[in-house]
Amino acid sequence: MTEYSLAELCIVAASEAFNDDGEVLATGIGVIPRLAASLAMKTSNTDLMMTDSEAFMLSEPNPLGKRDADFEQANESWMGFSRIFDNVWSGKRHAMLGPTQIDRFGQTNTSALGGSYAQPKVMMLGARGFPGNSISHPNSFFVPDHNPRVFMEGECDFVSSVGYNPDRLPRGHQLSDIDIRRVITNLCVMDFGGPDYQIRLRSLHPGVTVEQVQENTGYPVFVPDDVPQTTAPTAEQLAVIAALDPHNQRALQIRGNPPGVPAAGEAQ
Amino acid sequence: MDKRMTASEAVAQIEDGMTVGIGGWGPRRKPMALVREILRSDVKDLTVVAYGGADVGMLCAAGRVRKLVFAFVSLDFIPLEPYFRQARQSGGLEVMEIDEGMMLLGLRAAAWGLPFIPTEVGLGTDIITHNPEIKLIDSPYDDKEWVAMPALKLDVSLIHADRADARGVCQIAGPDHYMDDWFARAATTTLVSCDELVDSEYFHSPEQARHVHWERAATSGVIPIPGGAHPSSCSPLYGFDVPHFKAYAASAKEGGIQSYLDSYLGADEAEYQSRVGGLDAIRSIELPTY
Repeated sequence: MTEYSLAELCIVAASEAFNDDGEVLATGIGVIPRLAASLAMKTSNTDLMMTDSEAFMLSEPNPLGKRDADFEQANESWMGFSRIFDNVWSGKRHAMLGPTQIDRFGQTNTSALGGSYAQPKVMMLGARGFPGNSISHPNSFFVPDHNPRVFMEGECDFVSSVGYNPDRLPRGHQLSDIDIRRVITNLCVMDFGGPDYQIRLRSLHPGVTVEQVQENTGYPVFVPDDVPQTTAPTAEQLAVIAALDPHNQRALQIRGNPPGVPAAGEAQ
Repeated sequence: MDKRMTASEAVAQIEDGMTVGIGGWGPRRKPMALVREILRSDVKDLTVVAYGGADVGMLCAAGRVRKLVFAFVSLDFIPLEPYFRQARQSGGLEVMEIDEGMMLLGLRAAAWGLPFIPTEVGLGTDIITHNPEIKLIDSPYDDKEWVAMPALKLDVSLIHADRADARGVCQIAGPDHYMDDWFARAATTTLVSCDELVDSEYFHSPEQARHVHWERAATSGVIPIPGGAHPSSCSPLYGFDVPHFKAYAASAKEGGIQSYLDSYLGADEAEYQSRVGGLDAIRSIELPTY
């Protein structure tokens, strides 16, 4: 059997979120989401579009980190930040991001934590582009440390992005207008496909139990009768990932860089 | 018209209580020399509009900001701007927190003389809850509600460009001009520092003219300051100064902004640059890899 790390399992699981997207801009913020989008563009959905995280669209994803002096990236057009919004608001994009909080509605927080809004206990980045992303195009989330502080009880301290919350639904909109695709964590893959858009377990990573997911989520997770194990990476996928990440930044993304299949007697 | 001026002449145009837009993005191509000149002046009570980096952090920490209009404040490789966080967490900062794209729409509305631009961005989020001045409106064409993103009118914009001529033709040759064209158009007075002052003939080449993103009528002052974006980047001329930003961030943990300013600010830009290793050192900073 091919050996793989939990990070590589997450990259492959996250890449599947882009499989059926067709020709859209795939934006993965952070090492695992970016590798996931890049893997999808190289294998399962070659129609995807991607930027160099700066100002050009690429026809081939760039490897992460420092590249050789003679490396030439495969530009296909200019794509400065102002033009990103033209794309975002057209809806032809799928972003995968790592918010600080995700509540039971799929609303997320990237801004003020704790205290009051006037004086937060902890100030994060700010709303960034989350409000516009969430109302304009599909979004997925990656969480490297699945715990009840991220998947918190109650509503987000600050709602940066819209979710399936009937009380906040804008007039004239339907909950079905909102499109949260996948939530990939170090324990499992979820979506909001449960009854009334309840968060739903899609697959468990090797060695992880349903109870473990529920204990680490601050609200009830819908568990279907049959929950498969997250599909293991293939040797081909692992080779593509290795080529996209020559400095092995993926090894630093999940604490301890555990193997994808825990050793006998160890929990994930 | 000769629009050349010094940094102190430029900053003398900023009055207490004004709304000041700052171009660039995070740690990229910020008009830091002009920000430093504000720090050397006694201007205060500013409303700052920016895709924020250390410009916002320094002005907040030095007590010059009454209100901040922002979507994020970040140094990229140091994701959370330390002095911005302190300002928010101490509760003394009035804020208008909006989406990145809403800021673009607000600048466009100001540039075009519109009171607002309708958008669905912000709907359903706490952007609307915490900003009572941002109104929801009905559409004459459908039954949905829409956000009326108000114009972000600026008294002054501060921008750093790669090159400019004395008449205010400004070139941003790097990969992205961000929203600087809209900052220039949204302001009554646009003050542009530049790494290099060039003759107007420089722009005769279509290759060079293509990187001019607003008309010279939108430029009020040209302030030649080679290296003036430091410690932010001015790609392709130089990258951002990682060790300097680390020292800046460390000062937020120990010593405070005054220790940082005592170490670096100096009486003028020449003194600042000598304290950070000189122009050659700035120009040799490697470009970042994303």
